[in-house]
Amino acid sequence: MNTEGEMTPVNEDIINSRDQLYRFHGGLVLPGHREVVASRPLQAAVIPPQLVLPLKQHIGEAAECLVSPGDAVFKGQMIAAPRGTISMPVHASSSGIVIAVEDRPVPHPSSLIAPCIIIETDGKDEWGEADTPLPDYRQLPVERLLQRIREAGIVGLGGAGFPTQAKLAHRAPKGIDLLVINGVECEPYICCDNRLMQERADEVLEGVRILQHILQPRHCIIAIEDHMPEAEAAMRAAAETVAAGNLRVVRVPEIYPTGGERQLIKVLTGREVPSQGFPADIGVICQNVGTAAAVYRAIVHDQPLISRIITVTGAGVREPGNLEVLIGTPFRHAVETCGGYSSEVDRLLMGGPMMGFAVTTDEVPVIKTTNCILAVTREEMPPPVHARPCIRCGKCTAVCPADLLPQQLYWHARSGNLDTAQDYNLFDCIECGCCAYVCPSHIPLVQYYRHAKAEIWTQEKQKKASDIARRRHEARLARLERARLERSERLAERKKSLSGPAEQAIDAKQAIIEGALERVRKKKEAADLAPKNMDNLTPEQERMIREIEARRSHKDRPTEH
Amino acid sequence: MLTALLTLGALAALIGLILGYTAVRFRVESDPIVEQIDALLPQTQCGQCTFAGCRPYAEAIAAGEADINQCPPGGENTIQALADLLGRDPKPLNPEHGAHTEKSVALINEELCIGCTLCIQACPVDAILGAPKQMHTVITAECTGCKLCVPPCPVECIEMVPVPQTIGSWIWPLPDVVPLAPGEGKLAGGAHG
Repeated sequence: MNTEGEMTPVNEDIINSRDQLYRFHGGLVLPGHREVVASRPLQAAVIPPQLVLPLKQHIGEAAECLVSPGDAVFKGQMIAAPRGTISMPVHASSSGIVIAVEDRPVPHPSSLIAPCIIIETDGKDEWGEADTPLPDYRQLPVERLLQRIREAGIVGLGGAGFPTQAKLAHRAPKGIDLLVINGVECEPYICCDNRLMQERADEVLEGVRILQHILQPRHCIIAIEDHMPEAEAAMRAAAETVAAGNLRVVRVPEIYPTGGERQLIKVLTGREVPSQGFPADIGVICQNVGTAAAVYRAIVHDQPLISRIITVTGAGVREPGNLEVLIGTPFRHAVETCGGYSSEVDRLLMGGPMMGFAVTTDEVPVIKTTNCILAVTREEMPPPVHARPCIRCGKCTAVCPADLLPQQLYWHARSGNLDTAQDYNLFDCIECGCCAYVCPSHIPLVQYYRHAKAEIWTQEKQKKASDIARRRHEARLARLERARLERSERLAERKKSLSGPAEQAIDAKQAIIEGALERVRKKKEAADLAPKNMDNLTPEQERMIREIEARRSHKDRPTEH
Repeated sequence: MLTALLTLGALAALIGLILGYTAVRFRVESDPIVEQIDALLPQTQCGQCTFAGCRPYAEAIAAGEADINQCPPGGENTIQALADLLGRDPKPLNPEHGAHTEKSVALINEELCIGCTLCIQACPVDAILGAPKQMHTVITAECTGCKLCVPPCPVECIEMVPVPQTIGSWIWPLPDVVPLAPGEGKLAGGAHG
């Protein structure tokens, strides 16, 4: 009861503040650019002739390929298995033949190639043998449900792609107070969650109920930003059909980046997730609406995560729209479904204008974390202008939603002062891009932070590797030393056995050698028998024998010398 | 006079005793400097510093017999870290010991390997697997790239190959910082506007 009592203030806070929301530090009100595309209904994309499925589509280890070229695969078949806890399987998004397992361009800021499974689709879109669906999930142990979520390859569909099962299994020490279903979608241009909630509110809600069943939170809030009243209405209508007293739909103001996990938790509860900690540390778990829908499909229909909803938009696309596409569909195919590029198209981005990154080819596939394909013109997103020196105006600090000091981080990241950058809580930066957006000197601040973070991770990795190398080297030295000792011991032993009765030993050896020589001599004598049939020889024969003997003795002589 | 001397003498003796006791009782086992230096070295065990491995080099630095700029695999970062630890000024890498290059790993051409085990004996971290007259192979994940296995090979079948960059090892580059040309600062905004 005591532990319960300690948590009551949080609960009371959430319950009492039905209408009260909190404000996180900073943030921006950005132009939405959603008007047209938000009204476009979901459209199922045609199966592309080729699917490109990267083995790594999420945070963590890449999956291990299970198929080889020439294999026929069914829709939903697992074609790559997870390697380790923070790893996820990959499934065939449609039926067809595996034509290659090779490195292909993947959507990644590096524009590098990475291992992918390439499937030539057969157009039949045939499902393989389904595992038993679990419509009555309430009867099943939570572990079974979590296992199914993992087998279905579900990762957070909001952006970072953290394996959902790992997040759900990361239990808070005191249980979960609040489950937040994130339908905020704060980044401009993107409306895929908006359309999902409008058109499939019941699927999302069923998913939420499954998540509630798994986590048993005391409260559950579906948070929706106030620019999407239709989605909010749909979710409210769906929520009313179920009698769940602890489930609420909450409208949050449109401030970028309210959709960030930490920011949304602050808005809803007023509490802050500890630096370097997880929301679960304060009894909160946050899941995206798309993830909830995917959980519903995985549990109730036994469908792995093989498709997702994306927004294809920007002035560089003729017919912006919201598509349900198979994972592995090349960007080019998705853009073609939306009428192709307009003539002014300049750049292609994965993700929104604030956190997305440019891709260099439209051959890259849609992966689990692709929420938006943004084709922009020069006019709507001018190329980055030349950065000018920092004038220390402090605008970046005013807008930072993580309440950091972006300017200090910039100086330290730029000068390679990584320890100090970490002292300024570099790793609390969510890379939302607000600071760079308001910077009057157009300094690409976020890129400095990303560089510094990556540099720190690399150094940590190197440190680990060198520690292993040190251990191996020390083990080797120990082994060599041991071998040396053993050898010298053996030598000493042999010496000892020789040194005492040394002459006897030599005599014994001599005796053995002489014995052997004697044996050989006797054998020879035995073999050297006297010639037979020597009687009654004719003089002719005797002469021949003599000649032969003479020849033999003559011949033998040189060899004897 | 005598009282004062006695008092001061007694005080000195008492404080001395207390200090002596605390020095023994609360002795701090400080991390020996050799360990700290060794922890900063890259542990390639390549011997380019002229010492027989990273630890002997660390011992030499601690004894003042070696300079801090003799480790090519560590490069600038290691020199900086050593300078910070020892309170010295960083200095450029001594070219006598070689140049800092990107990490590479040994690769045995398995067609040519005759199974002589000479490379196995040379490897400081036991990263080569094999047996007499059997093919040898490098455990790439454990290879430190020290190149010590290359010279002993009688058939020259070992090659150092650079570690390819993958999306896992890629890091965001720093933005290009190009100094502004005189007068450019005033015009930069208009150039794209």
